[in-house]
Amino acid sequence: MKYRTPLNNVLGLGSSKSGVHHWWVQRLTAVALIPLTLWFAYAVVSGRLDVSSFQGARAFIGQPIHAMLLILLTFTMLHHSQLGLQVIVEDYVHGPLKTITLIASKFAHIMAGVAGIYSIVIISIAGQAS
Amino acid sequence: MANHDRPLSPHLGIYRWQISNGLSILHRMTGVALFTGAFLFVAWLLSALVAPACYDFFMGVMRSWFGVLVMLGYTFCFYFHLCNGIRHLGWDIGKGYGKDTAVKTGIIVVVISSTLTLISAFIVYSSTGGAS
Repeated sequence: MKYRTPLNNVLGLGSSKSGVHHWWVQRLTAVALIPLTLWFAYAVVSGRLDVSSFQGARAFIGQPIHAMLLILLTFTMLHHSQLGLQVIVEDYVHGPLKTITLIASKFAHIMAGVAGIYSIVIISIAGQAS
Repeated sequence: MANHDRPLSPHLGIYRWQISNGLSILHRMTGVALFTGAFLFVAWLLSALVAPACYDFFMGVMRSWFGVLVMLGYTFCFYFHLCNGIRHLGWDIGKGYGKDTAVKTGIIVVVISSTLTLISAFIVYSSTGGAS
């Protein structure tokens, strides 16, 4: 005789794991990236962001609104990238290499996120001080 | 994985290429390309943090013929992944599943993303007078 309840059998299996959350955050970040990436693409193409010079780039990044949007863009883009890459690795990479690749990808994305947001904040503070 | 006698689904190689499966794998490939693009974006931010010489070196690489080619590729990957992503979000809310509709939206995605790529490239090219 089994004393386990149906709920106990299911917990930790199938959709009761983190799959739905992963799927949902992938979509949420996708929706958020539509305005964020279009804003940045517009800034570059229109020339509002002068990428040709160090000063031009810093003047754009340092604006409070730009800095906030850039932080949102960096975070959301790297989060979406990590989630997407995870699905692809899980599909095509197998064995121990799969775990190694997943951990390396997650670490790389987090490091990139910290580096990007740190840069934006410091450039912004330097712009306010001068 | 002990039982090797199980029936297998038809191998991927026997399917005829259509716009639906073509754009599906292109969505993944452009996604992987944009993952590297996101890291390049962070490299750009870092170069703007460090020093003018570092920034100029970064932009110098991006202005070389190779850099321009890569940026043109990223531009298409971005617009395609954006447009096809919206198509995917439509499917997620249950819209656009008809066979004809899926083909039609697929063609629209290719046309719009190619057009936006050409327009963006043209504007940047004409405002910088060459590689940018």
